[in-house]
Amino acid sequence: MKLAKNRQLPYTVLAIVFLAIMLFPVYWMINTSLQPGPSAVNATFIPLHPSFAAYGQAISDQLGNLETSLLIAFGTVILTLVIATPAAYGLAKFKLPFVGAVILALLISQMIPGIVIANSLYTVYVELGLLNSIPGLVLADSSSAIPFAILILYAFMRLIPPSLVEAARVDGAGHWRAFWSIVVPISRNSIITAALFSFLFAWSDFVFALTMTTSNTFRPLSLGIYNYLGSNVQSWAPVMATATLASVPAIILLVFAQRYISAGALGGAVK
Amino acid sequence: MASSATEVARNVSPAETRVGRGRKRWWSLERLTQSAFVLPAMVYLCLFFGYPLAKNIVMSFQNYTTSTFFTGIAPWVGFANYVSVFKDSLFKTTVINTVLFTVGSIAGQFVVGMALALFFKRRFPLSGILRSLLLLPWLLPLIASSSIWKWILDQDSGVLNQTLLFFHIIASPVPWLSSPNFALASVIMVNIWLGIPFNATILYSGLQGVPEELYEAGALDGATGWKAFRYITWPNLRPVVSVVLVLGVVYTLKVLDIILGLTGGGPANATQTLATNSYQQSFVQFSFGTGAAISNILVVTSLVFTLVYLRLNRRAIDE
Repeated sequence: MKLAKNRQLPYTVLAIVFLAIMLFPVYWMINTSLQPGPSAVNATFIPLHPSFAAYGQAISDQLGNLETSLLIAFGTVILTLVIATPAAYGLAKFKLPFVGAVILALLISQMIPGIVIANSLYTVYVELGLLNSIPGLVLADSSSAIPFAILILYAFMRLIPPSLVEAARVDGAGHWRAFWSIVVPISRNSIITAALFSFLFAWSDFVFALTMTTSNTFRPLSLGIYNYLGSNVQSWAPVMATATLASVPAIILLVFAQRYISAGALGGAVK
Repeated sequence: MASSATEVARNVSPAETRVGRGRKRWWSLERLTQSAFVLPAMVYLCLFFGYPLAKNIVMSFQNYTTSTFFTGIAPWVGFANYVSVFKDSLFKTTVINTVLFTVGSIAGQFVVGMALALFFKRRFPLSGILRSLLLLPWLLPLIASSSIWKWILDQDSGVLNQTLLFFHIIASPVPWLSSPNFALASVIMVNIWLGIPFNATILYSGLQGVPEELYEAGALDGATGWKAFRYITWPNLRPVVSVVLVLGVVYTLKVLDIILGLTGGGPANATQTLATNSYQQSFVQFSFGTGAAISNILVVTSLVFTLVYLRLNRRAIDE
């Protein structure tokens, strides 16, 4: 047993080396963010004298944007779950006549580039006054979250045994009661996966943030980063501090919600 | 047990009995309640996919500019937008760039992703944790990743040039993003980095589906190492491979964040693709009609690959 383990050790070492190469950019981001020198050249490979000054500047630059991004992300999660959860259940269990066509449409909608939607959505938003607004971006960001969430939830809900729901219906529960008290609790894990990915989609969104805003005062965080890059960057520490702040949700999810993330990664592609 | 419950349910709910006997009436209360579950999603899809796609087609035949927003007038121009797109010498450049970007990105992501999937297939201490950490680049906001790479690839003080200079691999700093000769290759490299986790994860799960007995039987016949890959892994993995490759094409065609963040399509349009050009036309030049025309070309290209994907995916599930 012990021998077998020792023989496996080179693989672990090799894997760590590869992971170090793959994650080096992430390390470099954090490393730079902790070294707010007067110029970029001074950065060393290890933050020997770490300073959080760059975070101070990043937060003072981006506090409003951070808040905007959070509101958009939570708004997208709520809208997506409210629309996608009942829809997935209806498609999975009600033997509606057009299910195949809808699933096909959902798959295709995931393939459509965001910039294509943005092109004509912009003209509509101008008329409706939805530019530079949180509802406008929540609605736009849901275009990547809703199809994904419906497909993930549909794949799970198809497998719910009909007897579970029927038992509740026998007791006189209507479709909505049965849905709320039985289907939603059973589907908890896939609902969490859908919610986490909706959050990430909206939090990371760049295409709609870029196209559906025109003001200097209303900006999601992703646009805040982009605006740093637009000008000639003099000091990279605040930029990297902002990028680190933008990466916090992804890092938290990877550490604390790993199994939901794997479920989403596979569910989005295979089915 | 289950069937007796169904029996009772039928007796209790008269609406369902009617449906059960096949006398379907589309307006029945039951049908309406059921449709209410799906309706909001259908409305959303129509408003945020159906309508924009249709409107893009209309716009591509109009002279749609900023003044349209004030006057409401968008003169009908027939195929003029498409003609100007095809005539523009930039179009050829963007198509070539799009092809190079897509093929280069996918080749790199797939080869490295496959190697990693095979590597992680052997279970070793910490393999599970290390494999899940690998997902990190995929989860980061793309614009954050772009900013990191823009800093790493910075000509004067970026860590890549500093390191290469230090080890005397290069004599002078390489203009990774600021020279038309290097920019596209650099952008492809960053996109490969981003795509490796996704490829490795899907291919790894595909490998889990290859029955272990096949390898045991193969080993008896001397099929180990490369031979085992060639004759056992590859044929069994083919459906998953096709899906990963086609999805890769569709996702790469969409890419906007990385290119805009790293190079903005420059220098001298060296990294301009269909997606970035569509953005430039509509949101920089404010020529929404031309932008719509390029968008439609992009949609048709994506759609062709999507249909291939759907065919392959159905076959993959059937098998």
